[in-house]
Amino acid sequence: MTATMHTPATQDSTAVFPMTPRGPLSAELMTLLSSAPDDSAPDGSALDRSDPAAGIVLSARSALAAAESITRDEDVQLSLFILYGLHYGSFDAVSADWEWQPSLVAARTVLERAFEAELRATIDVPELPEPTRAAVAQALSALTTAEGGPSLSRYVAKQATREQLGEFLMQRSVYTLREADPHSWAIPRLTGRAKAALVEIQTDEYGSGRFARMHSEIFATTMRSFGLESRYGRYVSDVPAITLASLNVMSMFGINRRLRGAIVGHLAAFEMTSSIPNGMYARGFSRLGYGTEVTAYFDEHVAADAVHEQIAAHDLAGALAEDEPGLLGDILFGAAACLVVDGWAGAHMLDAWTAGRSSLRGER
Amino acid sequence: MSTEGSRAADDAATITPYPDGPLIVRGDFEILSPDGEPIPGGRKTVALCRCGVSSIKPFCDGTHKLVKFRSGDS
Repeated sequence: MTATMHTPATQDSTAVFPMTPRGPLSAELMTLLSSAPDDSAPDGSALDRSDPAAGIVLSARSALAAAESITRDEDVQLSLFILYGLHYGSFDAVSADWEWQPSLVAARTVLERAFEAELRATIDVPELPEPTRAAVAQALSALTTAEGGPSLSRYVAKQATREQLGEFLMQRSVYTLREADPHSWAIPRLTGRAKAALVEIQTDEYGSGRFARMHSEIFATTMRSFGLESRYGRYVSDVPAITLASLNVMSMFGINRRLRGAIVGHLAAFEMTSSIPNGMYARGFSRLGYGTEVTAYFDEHVAADAVHEQIAAHDLAGALAEDEPGLLGDILFGAAACLVVDGWAGAHMLDAWTAGRSSLRGER
Repeated sequence: MSTEGSRAADDAATITPYPDGPLIVRGDFEILSPDGEPIPGGRKTVALCRCGVSSIKPFCDGTHKLVKFRSGDS
């Protein structure tokens, strides 16, 4: 039951995707998406025909049943990355007609519900504060400064090798070459003060409309100046499930309106734990002789995120909690999820490096 | 900018002290050195250090959290 039985020529999935499958579900998805859907006739006459992607929902359930940890399952996380990629336009050669294919949306929903349930079951959310700006900002501040344990940023500042700095950029590139986009899904999903606060932050993320100042573009310059490629997806094959999970969490929170509290909490926690580590990252690259063309991205985030964290805690998360008190729990959950999942992704790098290993996947 | 009724004054500079944090400056403003030279902030909304330990003064670099700065104005 694939699109290959119909007219569009099937391309080799290795020509369409910058990575190889990591299990049956991602393999099936990549094969399916390597052709155009056959029911996209402009007159709509074919829309009643059977959905060429119908089998993918069952495959999604099988993949979940086979996964020990959804957050760390390579097949599930790559599949989610691909499905979100239909909305971001992550794969140039994939037909845009797949974006709202009902079975693909259904498969994504099946994966998301299980992913979200696992996160809610494993992540501790602090006791909920009063739904006021001050109390919510205070609770987020306590949550984001309680971080203990070994620090990736300190390692980068003090001892990362040139090779490890390259790995760091490759791991980060999966999100950062599209920096801010996952949280931007929330703009039309919010109203009132929280929307205005989010726009104030995102405006800065997108360089106030100046292309060269867009954070994603500053990061692309950093990658090229370091000697890496900046084409989106170039290093997806190198990063493990936990790195994809870090991005997939944001995409899931952002694209689902029911989780708008969580995406707001996520952004607050992200911004509130960014300035100081970015200063350390800049120090690490300077230590090995890299100039401002490489460090500009990190320097920019020291100052930018010192602004954003205030807006995010008080004007975004705090105001949203006041305006929609029912979202308070999700705001704290989203913040905790950001810290925990990004903590796992950071720990993956740190553990590999301190053990003398590469943090990248061997496959290619 | 985020308060009601300020639309007419949207371009006027506003300075908001955030609890235990920096001064957030919005609107039409210019930051000058003692010699009168402009200090570019690089963005529309800036955060000015008020704990005294930032390494990028006059701007905030988030270090107030490490020194547990308390503004006492919240």
